[in-house]
Amino acid sequence: MAHINTINTRNLHESAVKGGCGECQTSCQSASKTSCSVANQKCEQCKKNND
Amino acid sequence: MVHLYKNNGYNIVIDANSGCVHSVDEVAYDMIGLFEKLDKQTLIKTVLEKYADNPAIDEAELEEIYGDIIALKESKQLFSEDEFADFQWDFKKRNSVLKAICLHVAHDCNLACKYCFAGKGEYNGEKALMSYETGKQALDFLVANSGTRHNLEVDFFGGEPLMNFEVVKQLTAYGRSLEEKYNKNFRFTLTTNGILVDDEVIDFCNKEMSNVVLSIDGRKCVNDRMRVSRNGKGSYDHILPKFLQFVEQRGNKDYYLRGTYTGFNKDFSADILHLADLGFKELSMEPVVCDPSEEYSLHDEDVPALCEQYQILADEMLKRKREKNGFTFYHYMIDLMGGPCIAKRISGCGVGVEYMAVTPTGELYPCHQFVSDERFLLGNVWDGVQHPEVLDEFKHCNVYAHEECKDCFARLYCSGGCAANAFHSTGSIRGVYKLGCELHKKRIECAIMLKVAEQTEGLEE
Repeated sequence: MAHINTINTRNLHESAVKGGCGECQTSCQSASKTSCSVANQKCEQCKKNND
Repeated sequence: MVHLYKNNGYNIVIDANSGCVHSVDEVAYDMIGLFEKLDKQTLIKTVLEKYADNPAIDEAELEEIYGDIIALKESKQLFSEDEFADFQWDFKKRNSVLKAICLHVAHDCNLACKYCFAGKGEYNGEKALMSYETGKQALDFLVANSGTRHNLEVDFFGGEPLMNFEVVKQLTAYGRSLEEKYNKNFRFTLTTNGILVDDEVIDFCNKEMSNVVLSIDGRKCVNDRMRVSRNGKGSYDHILPKFLQFVEQRGNKDYYLRGTYTGFNKDFSADILHLADLGFKELSMEPVVCDPSEEYSLHDEDVPALCEQYQILADEMLKRKREKNGFTFYHYMIDLMGGPCIAKRISGCGVGVEYMAVTPTGELYPCHQFVSDERFLLGNVWDGVQHPEVLDEFKHCNVYAHEECKDCFARLYCSGGCAANAFHSTGSIRGVYKLGCELHKKRIECAIMLKVAEQTEGLEE
């Protein structure tokens, strides 16, 4: 039995290579307005690749 | 930095620097917890002693787990280093490319919500509606300062933006007229209290708004205590049927029912579940941000009870997900595969740099929560930024600007937190709003538990 199950995640180290296009949503334009919820946003590049 | 916690039957390990998440059994949980504290021999001996009564756990088994930990470390999925600290120097020098504006089309409101950070819609100033000319100039300013950004965001905000609906419609049409010429895609959003929602508003918003935020606080008694008209009458009965119709006709387009909880409803999970039981599927509920002297304010001693509410909510959401009756809670929407890149996570919400608020008279502020505080006035939509020293201060806003965040596992989920909250609680945009931090950490733990459960139990859609 596996003792460690690694959940599918985007490795941030790898995202450093191509990241930073700036096209993703500004967090306060969705539903927060009074807190910072950056991690809730979707990456536009990932979205595009999935479309 | 590694964060270990137990939640809803899962043992979860977050590798903060890589964003990798692992679901582990008890033995691996113990070993990862001790990995940086003990040498290999001592670690294995210690864990063997702990599990002496378990015949399935022997030295060979522990050697194997230890090897797995080493392999994950080598592939930068566990105990990975912070390789991003140097990025911040680039951010300090960054050009200010504007991509989002919060357009205050009305500094006036037809409700008088008791906790309103905008001073009952007027932002402690005079009542005002934005003219079409000012709004048009704001959109021109956005396009002119957006560089190569394709997606531009405009939130019609207030006060109550529907008190200036004609201008909202005109500005939307004007924005659309710029898209082809400048190769831009406008994403319009609107935040409303619902009072003026009617068929025309619904049809217009469902066609033009990529997202709508509909404000309601949950149960009638809770909503009507705070969200009241100028003569003190609760708004629940008036807005609920409108919101039901709005959402029903919205199809697949995004919306949020967004509430605020206060010291008056510390059992706020009941309010979220109330909205879910009414059939709404996209929900958001934010802790009130106000002067601590207000009777409805939240205090540090409330944190354990509030965290318990987030746990109750997460547990119930998982239960409903298993029953195929799930709903979305904004703060638990973490996309582990398609979430933001590291650059975004370090630079944060873009307050004052990528994101600005525009008042009805065209003044520019770093965000809606700084509006009317003259110390933060950036300039105006005609003359642009006239106080570059204010802009520079915000350019420095990133996760590394907050000393307190250095050892926090959640820092790449909140990017150092909200600058306005920090300023209002500490007097500095580089401070941290501690109560907000504690709640955010709990939300991140719950959000990741839900993702682990979804992947482990095959509940993903």
